[in-house]
Amino acid sequence: MTDIAPALLAATFETLTMVAVSVSFCVLFGLTLGAWLAISSPQGIAPSPAVHQLLAAFTNISRSIPFLVLIVLLLPFTRLLVGTSIGTAAAIIPLVVGGTPYAARLVEAALLDVDPGLIQAVVTMGASPAQAVWKVYLPEAIPGLIRAFTVLAITMINFSAMAGAVGGGGLGDLAIRYGYQRFRLDVLVLCCVILIVVVQVIQFGGNALARRLDRR
Amino acid sequence: MRAPSSRRTTEERSIPRNESISSQDTPAIYVRGLTKRFAGAPAAALNGVDLTVPSATIHGVLGLSGAGKSTLLRCIARLERPDAGEVRIAGSDWTSLSDAELRRVRGKMGIVFQQLHLLASRTVAANVAFPLELQRAPRAAIASRVAELLEWFGIRDKAAQFPAQLSGGQRQRVALARALATAPSVLLADEPTSALDPETRASVLNTLGRIRDQLGVSVLIITHDLRSTAGLCDSVTILDAGCVVESGPALQVLHRPSNDITRRLLAYTQSPPAKADAAHHLHFEEIAQP
Repeated sequence: MTDIAPALLAATFETLTMVAVSVSFCVLFGLTLGAWLAISSPQGIAPSPAVHQLLAAFTNISRSIPFLVLIVLLLPFTRLLVGTSIGTAAAIIPLVVGGTPYAARLVEAALLDVDPGLIQAVVTMGASPAQAVWKVYLPEAIPGLIRAFTVLAITMINFSAMAGAVGGGGLGDLAIRYGYQRFRLDVLVLCCVILIVVVQVIQFGGNALARRLDRR
Repeated sequence: MRAPSSRRTTEERSIPRNESISSQDTPAIYVRGLTKRFAGAPAAALNGVDLTVPSATIHGVLGLSGAGKSTLLRCIARLERPDAGEVRIAGSDWTSLSDAELRRVRGKMGIVFQQLHLLASRTVAANVAFPLELQRAPRAAIASRVAELLEWFGIRDKAAQFPAQLSGGQRQRVALARALATAPSVLLADEPTSALDPETRASVLNTLGRIRDQLGVSVLIITHDLRSTAGLCDSVTILDAGCVVESGPALQVLHRPSNDITRRLLAYTQSPPAKADAAHHLHFEEIAQP
């Protein structure tokens, strides 16, 4: 057991790094794309069927590609950006590309959960679409957004394990190389236990924060 | 119609009156031939509606469900673009304005919606400040105006609370304070007394009267609740199936209704009032019975 402890620690750190960096980018890009999806939707503050259908098609196509296939498809792009297709840094690229459309849809759902009557009320006060997004949609949707990003972070842990299986590093990589290929059941179980603990902590923390910030 | 200025005194004006009312002759709201038909609907929601609200008066738009009251409010507020007709707010034509132009003049009209639509994530003070923030008013001016309004509405001690922590009546006052933040000349109130207990209802009606009398704001009330609002309104318009069936000074319309719809609304009014509503009902009885 002690022989594997340094590798377990390193793999945990890699997984957490992959998830933290990729979730940060997914939140940034997902908020932008999701806000456009929400405001251009028929219930949005600036309905635009053409823009909405274009963005919806883009997110749907991106989400249709299985993540393992996406990793392979993105190999040239990943090499171009980080100079290699192996390791934690390389895994972050497909994680961000694969997670952004998912984050966008979660953000869209959270923003559209804001009472449409409230949006109309702020329009009558003179709010522009940009003001409505920054001052109403986002602040009012914060509890929903936190719950959405909690789901996103847990999904990214899942994705990171898949990325690990094709040389991305992290706990998924360790579980496959040591646990499966070298018949170390203890490593396999330990990797799973660590992942379960990480998911529980993220879910508990997300729920607690959403409850704390919910003023309704 | 009574002269509104006769009731106002300088001492009553604890917050600045609207300065945009340049002339008492210019109607606060002037609507002519307003028509709106929704796609797929068998009949027009509004059909050539005419309505005039003189400055610093309260006008009630009454009607049964489906009469077109809410569509009228939405067209006046330009939440809907009318198919035909004209809406003038304090002399300015709102029907021809682009969205960008409309955003610049929206501060001249405050609206209190039936559901209030307060921002749950903001405190009471931040809710009242919201329309001023949209106008990018200086911070000091916002703080000063918010303090005045909270004081005037008697909710200064609630400034740091969130809407969910308030009672229905307190939330209603926050919504009114927010609607008046930009010192509008016109206030639209959509069913302001629905779903309120009789005591809170009386308090809200009293506040609307003070807004007219002390602040000089013209108020358009959309309601089906003739009993509650009759004693408050200076003039009324009765709508049915998108058309004006009767209009005029409140006393005249209520004393001598010339239309079956008005008589039906009055019949509802004359049903026995709830005990807690008796004081207001008596007020109405004095008006309604010649």
